[in-house]
Amino acid sequence: MTSAGDAADVRVVLPAHLRNLAGVHGEVLVSVHRPLTQRAVLDALEARFPVLCGTIRDRRTAKRRAFVRFYACEQDLSNDPPDAPLPAFVADAITAGREPFLVVGAMAGG
Amino acid sequence: MTQVRVLAGTRKGAFVLTSDGNRDKWSVSGPYFGGWEIYHLKGSPVNPDRIYASQNTGWFGQLIQRSDDGGLTWEPVGNDFSYAGGDPGTHLWYDDTPRPWEFKRIWHLEPSLTDPDTVYAGAEDAALFKSTDGAVSWTELTGLRTHPTGPSWAPGAGGLCPHTIILQEPRIYVAISAAGTLRSDDGGETWRVINRGLLSDGIPDPDAEAGHCVHHVEAHPAKPDTLFMQKHWDVMRSDDAGENWYEISGNLPTDFGFPIGVHPHEAETLYVVPITSDSLHYPPDGALRVYRSRVGGNEWEPLTSGLPQRDCYVNVYRDAMSIDTLDDTGIYFGTTGGQVYCSADSGDTWAPIVRDLPAVLSVEVQVLP
Repeated sequence: MTSAGDAADVRVVLPAHLRNLAGVHGEVLVSVHRPLTQRAVLDALEARFPVLCGTIRDRRTAKRRAFVRFYACEQDLSNDPPDAPLPAFVADAITAGREPFLVVGAMAGG
Repeated sequence: MTQVRVLAGTRKGAFVLTSDGNRDKWSVSGPYFGGWEIYHLKGSPVNPDRIYASQNTGWFGQLIQRSDDGGLTWEPVGNDFSYAGGDPGTHLWYDDTPRPWEFKRIWHLEPSLTDPDTVYAGAEDAALFKSTDGAVSWTELTGLRTHPTGPSWAPGAGGLCPHTIILQEPRIYVAISAAGTLRSDDGGETWRVINRGLLSDGIPDPDAEAGHCVHHVEAHPAKPDTLFMQKHWDVMRSDDAGENWYEISGNLPTDFGFPIGVHPHEAETLYVVPITSDSLHYPPDGALRVYRSRVGGNEWEPLTSGLPQRDCYVNVYRDAMSIDTLDDTGIYFGTTGGQVYCSADSGDTWAPIVRDLPAVLSVEVQVLP
């Protein structure tokens, strides 16, 4: 998938609570500026759905919340540096629309 | 006809319970925000259909929801509770080491008595925020957290939580577990600790300014300088706006507990729910009893009719009691077992409104014209 200019459309899968909060069903599509990084994806997501600000990343530090994780192409990206370009095969797959970027609520607690 | 609306915050969502003035038949709606912890929700005294709710999970953090139609629909509003200043400073951690202040959750929301768009929020760790635009944006009232005693404040078991906000604008009272009670006479700009007379095991200094584990404080609207406190242990009273406190536990079977309530028409009538101890968070003898004093404390009577008197091991949290303003005054409380009880006769008899909600964190009642 491509978007206008130096941006790509990225499919993002949200956990149920955040889908409810954003008022969406299923995947969402966000336009992300290249190069694709975690921060770029999340910035684009929050720009489209401001209600998600603070629910995925800490408002003050912008660090990933402890019980939220990020996956794509069966890779756990959670602890990768937020400004590092996504691995090339991941970026290729999600910009081509073959794979989504997954925001996952960690399995913790009850 | 008069309507009564009870707002119940629970571990897994919010519920709205409604009845007419007889308070014997109830309808239940919810859960709203299912799966989220709703620490507190409260309506504006000016516009009762304006309700604010604190929504939180360990996964996705803090949200504030606002309703303008009495809880039928909700809109997420502002959740930016950034502490003022670049370096927020420190408080004490459990091991007596300094720990940076860090926002965790909103325990209590207190709408203004005069403006439906103004609301105060008590934040763990120990900060007070104010919004004047219907909870869209928040500003920290830094005078509280930066009080000279602030670096010595340490969290209670539940966290360093400002759970009580009493508005007598411009006067504001705040109670924090485990710092104590503070009062501002200038709308929250400056604060002074008001803990003289509180005695707490574990604090060797009987004159300690801070460090007291206050569980809840209430004031009677007609006697604003008279305050009633349920402390970790001890039920306390002040008749001079918190300058001096004295104990009124009297003949209670135990003076540990969380909520305390004041009758709206009888300034000397109080309610507490004694809990066995700080390590046994359930009622003595497995019997759920509300205790009422009609003389301002010390002399208490158990209220048991309609409440389980055997095999009951629930707790009642600090914000989970509320009292309506009808002539036949209604008392309400919620339990960790998911029951919300109502007495429509000032506590003489009780009946459950609901029995099987998630653990109840907060109860607030509104009387609607």
